[in-house]
Amino acid sequence: MENLIALLVAAPLLGAAVLLCGGRRLDAVGHVIGTVLAAVSFVIGAILFADMLGKDEEHRAIAQHLFSWIPVEGFQADVAFQLDQLSMTFVLLITGVGSLIHLYSIGYMEHDERRRRFFGYLNLFLAAMLLLVLADNYLLLYVGWEGVGLASYLLIGFWQHKPSAATAAKKAFLVNRVGDMGLSIAIMLMFTTFGTFAFGPVLESTGETSEGTLTAIGLMLLLAACGKSAQVPLQSWLGDAMEGPTPVSALIHAATMVTAGVYLIVRSGEIFNAAPDAQLATTVVGAVTLLFGAIVGCAKDDIKKALAGSTMSQIGYMILAAGLGPIGYVFAIMHLVTHGFFKAGLFLGAGSVMHGMNDEVDMRKYGGLRKYMPVTFVTFGLGYLAIIGFPGLSGFFSKDKIIEAAFAKGGTEGWILGSVALLGAAITAYYMTRVMLLTFFGEERWRNQPTASPADPSVEPAAEHQGAHAEPHPHESPRSMTIPMIVLAFGSVFAGAFFGIGDRFMHWLEPVTEHAHGHPPIGATTVTLSTVAVMVIGVGAAYLQYGRRPVPVVAPRGSLLTRAARRDLLQDDFNHVVLVRGGEHLTRSLVYVDHTLVDGVVNGTAASMGGFSGRLRKLQNGYARSYAVSMFGGAAILIAATLLMRAV
Amino acid sequence: MNPVNYLYLAALLFTIGATGVLIRRNAIVVFMCVELMLNACNLALVAFSRMHGNLDGQIIAFFTMVVAAAEVVVGLAIIVSLFRSRHSASVDDASLMKL
Amino acid sequence: MSFPLLTATAALPALGAIATAAVPAARRTAAKWLALLVSLATLVLALVVLVRFDPDGDRYQLTESHAWIKDFGVRYELGVDGIAVALIALTALLIPFVILAGWHDADPLETKSSRWRPTQGFFALILGVEAMVIISFEATDVFLFYIFFEAMLIPMYFLIGGFGDRAHAGSDEHAAAQRSYAAVKFLLYNLVGGLIMLAAVIGLYVVAGNFSLQEIAEARANGSLDMATNTERWLFLGFFFAFAVKAPLWPLHTWLPNAMGEATAPVAVLITAVVDKVGTFAMLRFCLQLFPEASKWATPVILVLALISIIYGALLAVGQRDIKRLVAYASISHFGFIIMGIFAMTSQGQSGATLYMVNHGISTAALMLVAGFLISRRGSRLIADYGGVQKVAPVLAGTFLMGSLATLSLPGLAPFVSEFLVLVGTFSRYPAIGIIATFGIVLAALYTLVLYQRTMTGPVKAEVSAMPDLRVRELVVVTPLIALLIFLGVYPKPITDIVNPAVKQTMSDVQKKDPQPEVEAAK
Repeated sequence: MENLIALLVAAPLLGAAVLLCGGRRLDAVGHVIGTVLAAVSFVIGAILFADMLGKDEEHRAIAQHLFSWIPVEGFQADVAFQLDQLSMTFVLLITGVGSLIHLYSIGYMEHDERRRRFFGYLNLFLAAMLLLVLADNYLLLYVGWEGVGLASYLLIGFWQHKPSAATAAKKAFLVNRVGDMGLSIAIMLMFTTFGTFAFGPVLESTGETSEGTLTAIGLMLLLAACGKSAQVPLQSWLGDAMEGPTPVSALIHAATMVTAGVYLIVRSGEIFNAAPDAQLATTVVGAVTLLFGAIVGCAKDDIKKALAGSTMSQIGYMILAAGLGPIGYVFAIMHLVTHGFFKAGLFLGAGSVMHGMNDEVDMRKYGGLRKYMPVTFVTFGLGYLAIIGFPGLSGFFSKDKIIEAAFAKGGTEGWILGSVALLGAAITAYYMTRVMLLTFFGEERWRNQPTASPADPSVEPAAEHQGAHAEPHPHESPRSMTIPMIVLAFGSVFAGAFFGIGDRFMHWLEPVTEHAHGHPPIGATTVTLSTVAVMVIGVGAAYLQYGRRPVPVVAPRGSLLTRAARRDLLQDDFNHVVLVRGGEHLTRSLVYVDHTLVDGVVNGTAASMGGFSGRLRKLQNGYARSYAVSMFGGAAILIAATLLMRAV
Repeated sequence: MNPVNYLYLAALLFTIGATGVLIRRNAIVVFMCVELMLNACNLALVAFSRMHGNLDGQIIAFFTMVVAAAEVVVGLAIIVSLFRSRHSASVDDASLMKL
Repeated sequence: MSFPLLTATAALPALGAIATAAVPAARRTAAKWLALLVSLATLVLALVVLVRFDPDGDRYQLTESHAWIKDFGVRYELGVDGIAVALIALTALLIPFVILAGWHDADPLETKSSRWRPTQGFFALILGVEAMVIISFEATDVFLFYIFFEAMLIPMYFLIGGFGDRAHAGSDEHAAAQRSYAAVKFLLYNLVGGLIMLAAVIGLYVVAGNFSLQEIAEARANGSLDMATNTERWLFLGFFFAFAVKAPLWPLHTWLPNAMGEATAPVAVLITAVVDKVGTFAMLRFCLQLFPEASKWATPVILVLALISIIYGALLAVGQRDIKRLVAYASISHFGFIIMGIFAMTSQGQSGATLYMVNHGISTAALMLVAGFLISRRGSRLIADYGGVQKVAPVLAGTFLMGSLATLSLPGLAPFVSEFLVLVGTFSRYPAIGIIATFGIVLAALYTLVLYQRTMTGPVKAEVSAMPDLRVRELVVVTPLIALLIFLGVYPKPITDIVNPAVKQTMSDVQKKDPQPEVEAAK
């Protein structure tokens, strides 16, 4: 069985290699190859899962050592895999959702002449992501970590002829690199502390070093997680990343890649457990981001950007849970999985809407679409109910547990974190209801609208494969697109109950992540009731604002907060002024310095040499008598010097 | 007579010769001044030879005379050819020897 | 006596150079093929060296030794250790690609007379550089090394000054002036470095009485040759200065952007991927072995300079408007990493630095040669003159992206392995420097991706809309390099196996041990 692990990664990797090197010959079958290989990976994952279930709980982890990667004196890095319950969860999520989204993309990208390449990139992403979760040491994880960054870069910038897409791709990669810096420093710290960076030895010997070192490692890992998972302060790339094709947003920027940070923290649980300061920082980051993302999500008129804000916010929940330590790890992963289902479903729904609406993304130009896209409406609606935590659906089980765990942290911190999480739940309900109402209910605002007048300058009318700008004719998407949406909707509805009832998921993960039962200061029932209550408040508020009143097609100016939130709470402006402008000035002045100062010193030396010799040359005037004078002068000086030396 | 006086005379002659070389323009006169300097040296050599009772100085004086004779031959030839091409014996007119 | 393999490896390209130069003017193509075949034969010989070399054997293998100038104890002594073998292989590997990439770079202009033979000269000079670089890697006699270290400048001078990039904005005279400025600057910088080194070489002879690296190093190690502290430091500085100019280390770097900018892309590759490596190689071989104490004394300053190189080079690369100058500044940043790895004095740092030399050679060659193909199509080196190339020439853009990704050290490609080793090796002894150097990886992403974005993506510019994609010859150049980058990124073991024993030896020369992990030190 162990030998199958490598195949898990190899299948999509092979797909990527074949599709990207194969050239135009494969254009006709590229999407089939890509989808089949993704499915192969899923099947292998399922076989391994079945095998794992058949084993005793304590002995489920299996490992495969492939070869020695970088053997240098005192430094041992191997290409070796480890498959335990945590990795297994991710493998199934990645390959499962991944295969569905491959299937969806067949229809979505049908008119794109570079579809083969798109599938090549998707396969590359799957391979890198699987490598990330299967690696048995941090350095190999790092390879997957940057590999998914690369795939994300390529896919965000897939429509490269759009400057905005190319810029967004670059931005995503760069911000991620800042996080990667954290990961590489963390690995270096592990190496100097433990002499290794394999999961086993590092996590077992956390007790042998000081808390300060562990805190440093933890904070660096947190920085890495912030970059990959779009957490404050490195969140700015996620909104722009929506420039990529929608299936990419669903797979990479909602369901899988952005959750890698949560995986990293949960995987390094032992380090965080022993470093309370790092844990505190993690919870703060999570709490801040969950509010930040939610507020941004409320203000965006671009359906994908609203969902991106929501993703940020939901991952904030997961990071918060992961920062709570053993009382939260399981719930972080559980929310991650349910979120994978419903957020992927929501994005696919958004893609389906865009597909039927000439790629219009401005929700203010939607409205009343439920009649025209019934399947999309129902699946999107179920995803919506799941994310706001409607009792009985996925999000309800997982989010409720996180809020409960936040209160259980204890003390003032617990109260603050718990309240923030509750507040986040209310805002979530508000903005998701807003998305739902603007898109599927109300009057049909897309009628008689010249689509070419963008209401919000940040929203560009994105016409990718359909040039016509006439009035859109909303229609349901083809079956290859609706089937994945239906499957994901099933997941959104039932996954939570399946995992949550009887604590099934907790027992599954417990051998890896450990679990401690938290004791919230208020009863679990109270927490649940208040969660439901704030949800109802959020939905009600949104209904009052968007359901009862007609929605203007052009966005009103809005309050100061709204305007700030539309601009991602001014974070981008800050980046622009401080980093971009500052950096430009710095590099420009350095170029100047290099040219004038560093080079100038050398050129100056050469010039002064030239000048000096020019002066000297004048001594050679050609008059024999002046030469004679210098001769006599020289002789006189020599004699004088000799006499002087004698005298001394 | 004290041989040191010959040394004073030699120094005087040498100084006159050197001054002549530096201030006169006529190549012939410069040339003669050079001869004067050489002979001043000869005088000094002979005087030293006498003072130290050593013949080396006188031998070197003969050498100097030979060198001076050779120099006269070459030097006069140069001056004559210079005069032919420039119609002047001024050393300042021959100032092409520069970069 | 066995077959003098090392001499043959160096002599073959030298003879090839003479033969190529002698090809008649009309038979240009024959000269090209001759040069290519000679470089391939050299590659075969280099591979034989690689195979015959036994990593677990003596330190110097395949040695040859003959008396040369008896009065001064100068000997013709060759020998290779693991580091030299790796670099010889790199050199021999890159030259055929350089020749192939520069296939048309030296075709005579129609305006010149028929007796004009630039093509023969171009390829002969390239082979000549190859011969001298290889023998510099092989020489174990300080004087012998010095001669070829300096002689290399002559063909390089002509390659830079005589065969400039035809893609130059402005008039021909302006281009020629720029070129000769670059060539003279290259020559002067390196000559000054070389002269200072010559003084140090003579000084070394005065102190040690001979030029043999092995003898002196041995005598230093067992204490029979005692240098006064100050003498050792001065000699070390003399050697190091020359190597730092060649490497190039900040603030002695300014010749590189000029030289790489004005030279044709293949010559630029020759400079940065091959010739400059002699500088860093010599730091490892001569500075550390001959002057271990002085090396340790100078380490803090050198590390700071290397750190400045890394950050400064990267920042300047961000600010460049010229593609080739951008790559040049990126190289300065990378050389900072190599020097940092050497002087961090840890096994990981030095193994990483050696690997870095090899990987940087391959990755820069890939990026620079593709950039050269791009530039030759449009006739401009300015980034702003490009845009949307991806749409018209996807294969060119794809290979350019691979080169860029290698330059930014993406995990999975070869440069990552070496860069990470250097960083870990530095971090374990000097954490602060290691952390600051890590910023370099962010900046590397910035300058490579900005370059890629501005040239390859966005709307297609009118001037590039008819740009043809890569031709077969160009694909033959690029594909193996990229394949090698991927292979060595996934499986660098073949090189590390050869390099590790040599690094272990160097570590024992400087009498340094790797810092122990905190956990083990506590036990």
